Order: sequence, then structure tokens, then C-alpha cells
Amino acid sequence: MLELASLGKEFTRRGGPVKALEGVDLSVPDGQFVCVVGASGSGKSTLLSLVAGLVRPTAGEVRLDGRPVTGPGPDRGLVFQEGAVYPWRTVERNVAFGLELLPLPRAERDRRVAWYLAETGLTAYRHALPKQLSGGQRQRVAIARALACEPAVLLLDEPFGALDVQTKEDMQLLIRRVWQDTGTTVLMVTHDVEEAVFLGQRVVVLASDPGRVAADLPVNLPAERELSAKRLPDFLAMRARVEDLVRTYHRRHQEKQPI
Amino acid sequence: MTVVAEKAPPRSLPRRRPPRVRGLWGIRTAVPPGVRWTLMALSVAVPLAAWQVLSVVVDGRPDYLPGPFEAVEAGIEMARSGQLLTDAWSTVARVLQGFGLAVLVSVPLGILMGSFPAGQALLEPLVGLLRYLPASAFIPLLIIWLGLGEPSKVALLFLAAFFFNTLMTADAVRRVPLSLIDVSYTLGARRGEVLRKVIVPYALPGMIDSIRVNAAASWSFVVVAELIASESGLGYRIVRAQRFNQIDRIFAVLVVIALIGLTIDLLLRITRDRVGRWV
Ligand SMILES: Nc1ncnc2c1ncn2[C@@H]1O[C@H](COP(=O)(O)OP(=O)(O)O)[C@@H](O)[C@H]1O
Ligand SMILES: [Mg+2]
Repeated sequence: MLELASLGKEFTRRGGPVKALEGVDLSVPDGQFVCVVGASGSGKSTLLSLVAGLVRPTAGEVRLDGRPVTGPGPDRGLVFQEGAVYPWRTVERNVAFGLELLPLPRAERDRRVAWYLAETGLTAYRHALPKQLSGGQRQRVAIARALACEPAVLLLDEPFGALDVQTKEDMQLLIRRVWQDTGTTVLMVTHDVEEAVFLGQRVVVLASDPGRVAADLPVNLPAERELSAKRLPDFLAMRARVEDLVRTYHRRHQEKQPI
Repeated sequence: MTVVAEKAPPRSLPRRRPPRVRGLWGIRTAVPPGVRWTLMALSVAVPLAAWQVLSVVVDGRPDYLPGPFEAVEAGIEMARSGQLLTDAWSTVARVLQGFGLAVLVSVPLGILMGSFPAGQALLEPLVGLLRYLPASAFIPLLIIWLGLGEPSKVALLFLAAFFFNTLMTADAVRRVPLSLIDVSYTLGARRGEVLRKVIVPYALPGMIDSIRVNAAASWSFVVVAELIASESGLGYRIVRAQRFNQIDRIFAVLVVIALIGLTIDLLLRITRDRVGRWV
């Protein structure tokens, strides 16, 4: 169970403090796939950095299985929009990075790496360098690398935001399958409402300035989702509802901005 | 929403003729290999030919400006006696000591400066200031403190490379993307592991680049040091040749200095390209 309790983060910048997040309460049961949507600047990346433990909150706390998060660790894997793969390591050795830090027999490590490579469709590229890969393949490496550490929670920060539409759909199917195969909890942030509704069991809408939870909606779609699910009336209705919410908070935020 | 106040301006902009994009002088346009090799050959052949012509034209006094052939002849003669090899080796050995020491100290300091803002705050003001003191300005001090022998030369070479290499190493380290460091922590790496397994490998090609640039500087400084005071080395050989007005020998030594410099550069470039294959 991942819990965010009245979580707040204030940055100090020239011209005074900036409240990136305020009073965020959220609990994610084990194994759930939660998507957080919000406009750019609503604090999505800050939220994930706090859960990852890369940034310390200025209020509240993050708890994983009851224990407060005090720093980063392999129980909370993180995938950035631009992958952040190690360019000098082959695909295989990227995926092995976290395992190389553990006292694990070589054969065991290789076996695990091979499984995650197969799961993410990278077996044929295992000896390739990142520069030889497409954007989608690099994201797969980043996902496989995080999953190989067996995280309790997988944190995804707009992981498909830089991909073309077709690749993005492939990756959406991939992440759903991986989630079902590994049973890990997934907390994903995105500004793409369609993606959030298609992937999540639950969609959390963030309002901007300060970032806070504006809505927390269950997604009532079948667990087995094909791309065709994006045409179901239930899907379209849900998507419209979330889009309206995001738009409303975005407008309200823009009207507050000084010109 | 924007409000359109008036009609759009009439479509009446003047047109210019298209730019020259391709051809031999197109910006960033590859030239055919044949042309490329020809140009590269010309870049060596033309100055050599000019040298030869000049040496004949200027030849008022017999050995005022010897031509390339005479220089090579003098070089061969010096090489035969074994003198050239001894000189070249003592110069190279000085660079290996002075510059090698500078690299050994500056690389860890640069990593410290580039990785830790505290280290940067601690070192940058001093190192950033001292690098603007030309190493040659230290020569009198070094001679007073360390004498005319080897230590002062090694120290000069150290000073000539140390400050710049520290700052350039720090720059290479600072180019490591923060996301790569953050992601490593989330994969379970400790601070030392992030330094060893992420920062150093990522910055390595940049660090070799920095070494390459500063090796060139060291190579010119060693000759300066030898011109001033020494009993061996290529710089010393130039001074000797000057004393006996053997201008052809001076040219021969210059050619050797250039060739060794080129070799050092080439070796470092090959190393960099092998290490940085992933770039
Ligand atoms: N390191 C930082 N220093 C100062 N302000 C920051 C920092 N990181 C984020 N912010 C501010 O916090 C707010 C939320 O940013 P972020 O979490 O990146 O939003 P999102 O990921 O939703 O686009 C923005 O106003 C941003 O300018
Ligand atoms: Mg973001």
C-alpha cells in the first residue's frame, strides 16, 4: 500500500516561494494501476519525485507499506519521459544495472535479465547500444530496467509523451501486459487523458497552482482492454468527463495568471 | 481568444532568389572523397612547395633558410648519431612526468568539483583564478625554488596543465544528465556507486578530450622549458643549433616536435573514439 498523506512541496525561487503541491492525499492499494492527469505545471513530476524519494516534502509524508519514505530506493522504480538509459551500456547491461548492485549469482542475474528482455520484446536487441534504438525501444529498456529490481511501485512520468501515436499505442498495450504479468503497483502521470483512461483502473485529476487532487474517479472498463476499447461508449464518456475536468482546472489556472 | 482587428496584410512580400545550398562550398555539405583527399594533400603540399621555393629565392646566404630537403638531411644525420632519439626521449619523459602528474591530480579534483556543488564552491574560485596566471610567469619562481634541474621543469608542466584540466574535467562531469543520476538512485545505487558506475563512465570521453587539449599545451610548454635551461631535450637541441648557426638542424628538430605532437594527439584521439563508441 502506497500512501500520500497531506503531502505538500514548496520550492523557493526568485520572486518568492512556489507551491508545487499542497495537501495531496492518495492511497494506492497493492497491484493497482493509477493514472494521474493534469496540465503541464500542475506538479505531476514533483509528485513522482516525492514518491521516489528524490525530493523531500515540505509537508506531510509518503508511506510505503506503513514505512515513511526517506530517500530513493529500488522498491520504487522510476521511468522518465526521455528514458534516461545509460548510453554506454548495451540494452542487456542497462537492464542488469540494478541487479549488478546486489549480491546475486551471475546465472541468476542473467536469467532475470533474459526474462525482462523477453517480456518487453527486447531479446533481439540485447546487444544493441541505446543510440541504435528507437524512442519506443529506449522506453522499453527503461521499463525493463526498473522492473528488474522488483519494485513495489512502478512510477512512470509521462513515459510515452515523446513517442509517435502508433508507437505510443504499442507501448500502452505493453505496459498493461507487463503490469498484469508482474502484478506490480503502477503510478503513472500523464497529460494525455485518453491514455490515462485507457490504462488506469483509477484516474486522479490534479488541479494546478498549487497542485492538489481535484477528482479521483474509478474507471469502469473491462480488465482486458484492446485498443478497440477506446471506441466503447463507456470509454468515450469517461474520457469526456476527465477532459472537461482537466480543461476547467487549466482555464481557471490560466485566468489567474498575470499577463 | 484573439480578436482580428483588420483584414490580413496583402500577400505582396518580395521574393529572393534561392540560396546556394549544395556544391563544394555548401555549408555542412559533404564533398566527394576524391576532392577531399586532393584538398588534404594540397594542404600539406602547398606549404612544402612554398618552403622549397622560398628557400631558393631567399638564398642570399647559404644556410639562411634551408629547404625541406636540407632539413630532412640534417634530421637523418642527427638521427644516425642517436642524438635525436635521446633528445626526443628526454623531452617525452618530462611530459610524461609533469603532465602525467597533473592528470593524476586534476582528474579526481575535477570529478569532485563537477559532482558536488560544495566541492565546486570550495575549489572553483581558487582554480578559476590561478588558471589565468600563465604558467610561463612561474618560471623564475620555479627556478629559484627548485633550481635549474628536472624538478622545476616537471613542476612547470604540472602547472601548465593542472588548472585547465581540473576545470575541464569538472565541466565534463557536469554534463552528466541529472535524470541519469536520479534514476540510478531509484535502481538502488549508493552515492559511491553513482560516481563510479554512472558519472565516470558518462564523463570519460569528455575527460579524454580535455586531456587531449591540455596535452597539446604541455607539449609546447616542455619545449619552452628546455629553451631556457637544460642539458638535453629537443628544445635544448634547438638552442645548441642556434649557437652554431645550424639552421637546417633547427628545422629538423621542429619537424620532429611537430611529428611527436601529432602522434600524441592521434593516440589520444583513437583512445577517445574507442572509449566513446557509444556517443
Ligand atoms: N526544482 C524546482 N525549483 C523550482 N520550482 C520548481 C522545481 N520543480 C518544479 N517546480 C515548479 O513546480 C511546479 C510543478 O512542476 P512539475 O512538477 O514539473 O509539473 P508537471 O510535471 O506537472 O509539468 C511548476 O510551477 C514548476 O515551475
Ligand atoms: Mg513533468
